[in-house]
Amino acid sequence: MRQAKKAAPAICRAPTSTIASAGDLLALQAGQDTLRFITCGSVDDGKSTLIGRLLWESQQIFDDQLLALEADSKRHGTQGKDLDLALLIDGLAAEREQGITIDVAYRFFSSPKRRFIVADSPGHEQYTRNMITAASTADVAVILVDARLGILTQTQRHANLVSLMGISHAVLAINKMDLVSFDPDVFSAIRSDFDKLASRLQLEHTATIPISALRGDNILERSEHTAWYDGPTLMGYLETVAPSSSESERFVFPVQWVNRPHPDFRGLSGTVANGRVAQGDTVRITASGHTARVDKIVTYDGDRHAAGEAEAITLVLDRDVDASRGDIITAADAPLEVTDQFEATVIWMHEDPGLIGRNYELKLATQWATASITSIKHRVDVNTGAHESCRQLAMNDIALCNLALSRPVAFDSYRASRTMGGFILIDRYSRATVAAGLISHNLRRAQNVHRQSLTITRKDRERQNGHNGKVIWFTGLSGAGKSTLANALEQELHAQGKRTYILDGDNIRQGLNKDLGFTERDRVENIRRVAEVAKLMMDAGLIVMTAFISPFRAEREMACQLIGKDNFIEVYVGTTLEICEQRDTKGLYKKARAGLLPNMTGIGSPYEAPEQPDITIDTGTTPLPDAVRTLIERINDTP
Amino acid sequence: MTANPQIRIFLEAYRPLLELSRGTDSSSAVRAASSPHLNRLEAESIHIIREAVSEARNPVMLFSIGKDSCVMLHLARKAFHPSPPPFPLLHVDTRWKFQEMYQFRDLVARDSGMTLLVHVNPEAIAKDINPFDHGSALHTDITKTEGLKQALDHHRFDLVFGGARRDEEKSRAKERVFSFRTATHQWDPKRQRPELWNLYNTRTNPGESIRVFPLSNWTEFDIWHYIHQERIPVVPLYFAKPRPVVARADMIMLVDDERCRMLPGEDIEIRTVRFRSLGCYPLTGAIESGAKTIEDILVELANSRQSERQGRKIDTDGNSSMEKKKQEGYF
Repeated sequence: MRQAKKAAPAICRAPTSTIASAGDLLALQAGQDTLRFITCGSVDDGKSTLIGRLLWESQQIFDDQLLALEADSKRHGTQGKDLDLALLIDGLAAEREQGITIDVAYRFFSSPKRRFIVADSPGHEQYTRNMITAASTADVAVILVDARLGILTQTQRHANLVSLMGISHAVLAINKMDLVSFDPDVFSAIRSDFDKLASRLQLEHTATIPISALRGDNILERSEHTAWYDGPTLMGYLETVAPSSSESERFVFPVQWVNRPHPDFRGLSGTVANGRVAQGDTVRITASGHTARVDKIVTYDGDRHAAGEAEAITLVLDRDVDASRGDIITAADAPLEVTDQFEATVIWMHEDPGLIGRNYELKLATQWATASITSIKHRVDVNTGAHESCRQLAMNDIALCNLALSRPVAFDSYRASRTMGGFILIDRYSRATVAAGLISHNLRRAQNVHRQSLTITRKDRERQNGHNGKVIWFTGLSGAGKSTLANALEQELHAQGKRTYILDGDNIRQGLNKDLGFTERDRVENIRRVAEVAKLMMDAGLIVMTAFISPFRAEREMACQLIGKDNFIEVYVGTTLEICEQRDTKGLYKKARAGLLPNMTGIGSPYEAPEQPDITIDTGTTPLPDAVRTLIERINDTP
Repeated sequence: MTANPQIRIFLEAYRPLLELSRGTDSSSAVRAASSPHLNRLEAESIHIIREAVSEARNPVMLFSIGKDSCVMLHLARKAFHPSPPPFPLLHVDTRWKFQEMYQFRDLVARDSGMTLLVHVNPEAIAKDINPFDHGSALHTDITKTEGLKQALDHHRFDLVFGGARRDEEKSRAKERVFSFRTATHQWDPKRQRPELWNLYNTRTNPGESIRVFPLSNWTEFDIWHYIHQERIPVVPLYFAKPRPVVARADMIMLVDDERCRMLPGEDIEIRTVRFRSLGCYPLTGAIESGAKTIEDILVELANSRQSERQGRKIDTDGNSSMEKKKQEGYF
């Protein structure tokens, strides 16, 4: 990050100007918009110095900070007796001690024309994830190269990442021109190399500027040393380049929060991701397929007729349709695709490896789901762009993967929408953000399946049945008594004239799920399908009992989410392993103890007991009729 | 430390009077035209606040009575309108704030209709921790950092809004919008969660918490510009007027109450001063200024050669001191 050369005298010139009246000042502000950009380049290309220079020249460094900088420069500086501007940026103690940038820093400055937010990200390969983080919110990337060294591997990596993250404008700043005597041939040769790279990466390369960050050439003012250069200064470029706007024009509105101050007001609060909405527009709730008209667009500052991209609003619809956090609202005639399988570029950001089949939490806009990587197609060598085969993901790997989700989500491609096409993966235990993903496309054949709204609803069926549909989810070890309990309960409910059905583990695996084995991944899929079937049957108005070991908490949570908390009764059949093993109704424990069944729950594979089940029954201590009575009471208690 | 017997205690120092009309220029009573830059910041902050509240189990907003807190509260009211913000306000009281700040705090709480929780570290009361006897570092650690941790643990808050901005200080510039803290409230700069787009990881395990900074991308100038645009009331101490002060080499101290101590030979004088940043009064330096209105402040800021926190003693307890405080659980 440091430049070893002596700082030029120019560094000591602090430009000053004076603003006399508030009127002038506010008039200046009224027209200002914001540009977000990142600086990237390899170690020692002078990124921190460049940002220090931009802050300095735009008078964002105050006298007391300057005093602190002088002290810091004496202690940690690399510029001899002169100020080391890079120390303004590297704010963490470890960074100053080691003289490197560890994490992204966000800095602010302004010119009379514009406000700037610059994300300074580290150049080392081990910090690729930080550069991706910084790039995710940027409109423009300033890629620095050292004029003496030209395009390096790191330059290629950064150009690759900039292209991947969909930054629309890349500007090449050829730094340290003072060290090559401002030679125009050096400049042209590097520019031509970069042009080839940019065209291979389909990167919109919009300018190449010869600069010296250390001496201030072509930063704010045109340099007297580059009479041969007729393009803009760096600041001139940043002041005039158009910030990127979304490619997608369709109205998309992820619901963040349901606003219910009193019974007469029900609003859906959120931020417009793409497009525009106006009063009177017909919109669609993606998950349910319901449509409604926009009655009001509410804000604190009064109702609005229309709202556009990035505006935070509250929609009031003309009908009371079912919509809550996680629903995505679109224009009725331009719905989003919905899928539970897609292809995406995954950027791994954690020390723990990314494994095929492991479950992660996925967040996409306001939607949460459980997701797993089903296959890794190839890893991208970020330095060359080459594809390599790969079986698991390590920190900073970028790979094209297929993902499967526990439930369908609304999405768009990342190219069309950063909001609807970008997602994060979170470890279920450490809760760390382990990866970021960019969706390329749906993997479902039926690309345009939209939920059909049926005329006969669940309510109608329930009215005819005389009771509500419900799912009673039995979980517990093999031999705990799940099927026995479910069977006894069904007899009692049947006698009461209720409409019921039992989904039993063994029966389902002989038909619907006979293609599945007992690996963690197959067990997840087994439960996903059972939950889906249970939900359909519940929709038909039935009381559904499921008897599956369902050993993992996350799967049961997924089933509960899919079916809905209000309809879902979790029954933990908490019979002890000793009793189950004594019973050994199917002879499975014997086989497992003999080492013939590697994934037997309770022996070779874990069972995660529910933390807060609705009902717990130990069939080792509770007689069957008592257990059935407890269950019946609970079912009759819930609406 | 024991009190220096040479120090004279001044009893009848300063009578605070909350004049909220100050600062708003009556001639420009019409709402100012909003700037695209502020609109963008406002929408981003509202998005952050809604996202945090939607996914938290038990959120709270730290209200430290300064201008940033006032802007943050205003944004929260906008985010949930017409509902009131669905969380309480928390003031971690050091007992050494300016008197006008206490009056203002109670007024704001009343007007917002929100619950105000006030926590004082009982140890600070028992041992009478104060900046004069114990110095700024210990005083801040006991009354602010420890007090905050006690309050969060007591109420089991899993998400806490704070008004910190990235332009305030170097280690703040590296802070995430959603900043993860361990069960012991620690911040580890090397283990921050990557934060992409406007997609925030709100997940925590029991005991862990998240500090959320909706004003991350605002600058001091933006804050004042927005206060001007939205006519947000702030503590009158931000506006210049003649006040009783003691001028020292390193700061101008307001003589705010009878607990104020002066050194031998010091005298109280009346100077026209204001504050750029508010904290505990013995640790917060006033600046000499004639800025009586928000418009004056904006002009003064545009021409200032000093950073906002230059009057804050707690920032200069040593290099990287803010970073260290943050690691220990400070905001």
